[in-house]
Amino acid sequence: MSPIVKLLAQRIALSLLLLLLISIVIFAGTIVLPGDVAQSILGQSATPEALANLRAELGVNDPPVERYIAWLFGAMQGDLGTALTSGQDIAQALSSRFWNTLFLAFWAAVVAVPLAIFLGLLAVRFKDRWPDKTISAVTLASISIPEFLIGYVLMYFIAVQLRWFPSVAMVNDNMSLFEKLNAIALPIAVLTLVVLAHMMRMTRAAILNVMQSAYIETAELKGLNAFQVIYRHAFPNAIAPIVNVVMLNLAYLVVGVVVIEVVFVYPGMGQYLVDHVSKRDVPVVQACGLIFAAVYIGLNMIADIVAILSNPRLRHPK
Amino acid sequence: MSDTLLKVRDLKIGATIYPPGERPRDIEIVHGVSFDLAPGKVLGLIGESGAGKSTIGLASMAYGRGGVKITGGEVWVNGRDILKGNHKDIRKLRGAEVTYVSQSAAASFNPAKKIMDQVVEAAVEQKKFSRKEAEARARTLFAKLGLPDPDNIGERYPHQVSGGQLQRCMTALALCPEPDLVVFDEPTTALDVTTQIDVLMAIKEAIRDTGVAALYITHDLAVVAQVSDDIMVLKMGNTVEYGHVDQIINNPQEEYTKALVSVRSIEHEEKAPTEEPVLSVRNITARYKGTQFDVLHNVNVDLYPGQTLAVVGESGSGKSTLARVITGLLPPREGEIEFAGRKLSPDLKGRTREDLRELQMIYQMADVAMNPRQTVGTIIGRPLEFYFGMRGAEKKKRIIELLDEIELGEKFIDRYPAELSGGQKQRVCIARSLAAKPKMIICDEVTSALDPLVADGILKLLLDLQKIEDVAYLFITHDLATVRAISDNIAVMYQGKVQRYGGKSKVLSPPFDDYTDLLLSSVPEMKLGWLEEVIAHRKMESAGN
Repeated sequence: MSPIVKLLAQRIALSLLLLLLISIVIFAGTIVLPGDVAQSILGQSATPEALANLRAELGVNDPPVERYIAWLFGAMQGDLGTALTSGQDIAQALSSRFWNTLFLAFWAAVVAVPLAIFLGLLAVRFKDRWPDKTISAVTLASISIPEFLIGYVLMYFIAVQLRWFPSVAMVNDNMSLFEKLNAIALPIAVLTLVVLAHMMRMTRAAILNVMQSAYIETAELKGLNAFQVIYRHAFPNAIAPIVNVVMLNLAYLVVGVVVIEVVFVYPGMGQYLVDHVSKRDVPVVQACGLIFAAVYIGLNMIADIVAILSNPRLRHPK
Repeated sequence: MSDTLLKVRDLKIGATIYPPGERPRDIEIVHGVSFDLAPGKVLGLIGESGAGKSTIGLASMAYGRGGVKITGGEVWVNGRDILKGNHKDIRKLRGAEVTYVSQSAAASFNPAKKIMDQVVEAAVEQKKFSRKEAEARARTLFAKLGLPDPDNIGERYPHQVSGGQLQRCMTALALCPEPDLVVFDEPTTALDVTTQIDVLMAIKEAIRDTGVAALYITHDLAVVAQVSDDIMVLKMGNTVEYGHVDQIINNPQEEYTKALVSVRSIEHEEKAPTEEPVLSVRNITARYKGTQFDVLHNVNVDLYPGQTLAVVGESGSGKSTLARVITGLLPPREGEIEFAGRKLSPDLKGRTREDLRELQMIYQMADVAMNPRQTVGTIIGRPLEFYFGMRGAEKKKRIIELLDEIELGEKFIDRYPAELSGGQKQRVCIARSLAAKPKMIICDEVTSALDPLVADGILKLLLDLQKIEDVAYLFITHDLATVRAISDNIAVMYQGKVQRYGGKSKVLSPPFDDYTDLLLSSVPEMKLGWLEEVIAHRKMESAGN
């Protein structure tokens, strides 16, 4: 087996193992949490018999290991159980919201990633001159302001005053792509401002690090212009750290948009999770936790795989 | 077309330095240098580090490395003063009219791109050739430079070819756009001596066949004598002597040039092995953790008290691994080490403090072997406290004695390493190891990072100290001139084995085995036409076989 295949297989296996461990932590965590689901469903006036019956029905009395295994195998087959509070099938309820969250994250990434990399390249090209300083200052400011504040400020000026985009990001399946994009334009703008600084600064740092190399001098002495040097010679060697920070931010776009979804009343997973945490609906919390963990681990795994593949020493062994 | 390709007049180059604790200030590093270079000729720029030779070479491309700025003078290329040109003019010059070959091809090739893409890039970008023409030309150059499989080597990535091959690829890169001038900046310095000779010949033939002019920058006068028409000797940014190669080598006028020509003046009579050896390496076989092959195979050598054993070999020969085994950093798979009449523990952890005291080490990089935040006195005083429990006046007295022995003197006691020159730093490291009163010191390439004249001083010092302190040296080096200068016994290592071992006179006299012959005959000699002689001799021999 070539070393690169072995490395990739190891990395993927590691991710699966990590996901398994996380599933244990999520399950154990929700068990040790205080509170009684049966009590919260039936309310204070429930009779002891009714509580006992419900607990038996929910399987709360079974040994935890047995419940964990049953839950895990169910989850692997797409069965995330039923929500205690509404009796709905969780997988069904989650699927449309999950796609909504991915939809928002995807379009935010489409805007933010190329913009961040372009600004990073621009900052390197004009290092320590005014474009670099302006980019750094603006992106730093935007990451420092809490995202809900940016959200409300944009909503006030762009939605209320200028009336360019709607203030509430309601989407449903009957809308065309253009209508949907129009609806989520503001959340995309806010998310972009939040993740831009991190990615742009990492791009700048990674490329500047590479710019110290002797082969950059070789490229300059070939008479290439500054953008050719950066784009052709520096960027390919800075891919690994850049992809790493991009993936971290994509993960944030999926799992960290709770606040934005609440601000813009967007029907995504974050809002669903928040609702059910307050109702102490354990199966829903577990299911959301597992999906978020899978997204996080999966994106980081992709970052590592890209880093491995971008290394010519591994791709083309001697 | 004028008869001068490159005309440099009163070139002045400055840099901004940032001394610790002071304001940054501008200094001048090249103080008005002038020379001419005709088409197709080779000018050698020679000097020690800090002479400004690379800086001058890069100035011919209007380039300043780091914070270096050209502050005055004129640089005329093909009848234009390039210092008056704007960005665009300068970009058109670089990679088209003037190209550059750096010291380390391994670092100067982009690891993420194929060799061919990088070799043709300047020619295509500068619209000298179409991509197809440039590739054909590159393949011709690969063949001319003696690279294996010239039709396909361009499809490889830099890490897939050896250091010597990559240096030739770099030469092909520089010659591909058909430039008028190539700046060679120490192109063979990082190579092993047996590789250097082939690359040198390849470069020389390429220069002759393409009719390109060259600036050849190096610190090695013997190398530059083989390729240059004229030589300029530089020191601290000033021209010392400038003339025809024959005059500089055979009839130098200036004292400094004479010193460079006659460097390595040390004569050292070989001592016969007398008593029991202080160190006996017996049947050592070793490999690194997690690897499948041995890097040392059944090595046997002896070192006698007060004598020097030189372990000589090229990179990968296992000479540094031998030092790691002796110091206990790498426990061997087989074999044992006897030291001062007792068996040493194979592992560092099993060694006594007395073992550690009696076996000291000096390293190649003196500046990273010292704590930059400690004074010279503290650095030398530490082993005195640690091994002998010395304190106060007694310790200070011994530190001053040691400073006198290394010819620095008491005034250095409160200085920090950053305030010392490279040679002075190495002297402090020597004093530190002597402070432990060792029976033996391992010297690992201790003069490799130093300029020839400074290295010469260090070697003289080591020999003097050997007489005073009666200490034995295990001297690891790739430099045969150093070996000649100081050794009593020599072990030639090749691919993890001791190829040849014995007294200096015996090892360095014929009949030789093939490898030792190759190694010895590859060391450049300060003689015009030496390169051609060696190559012709080798061709005759291989034809005779």
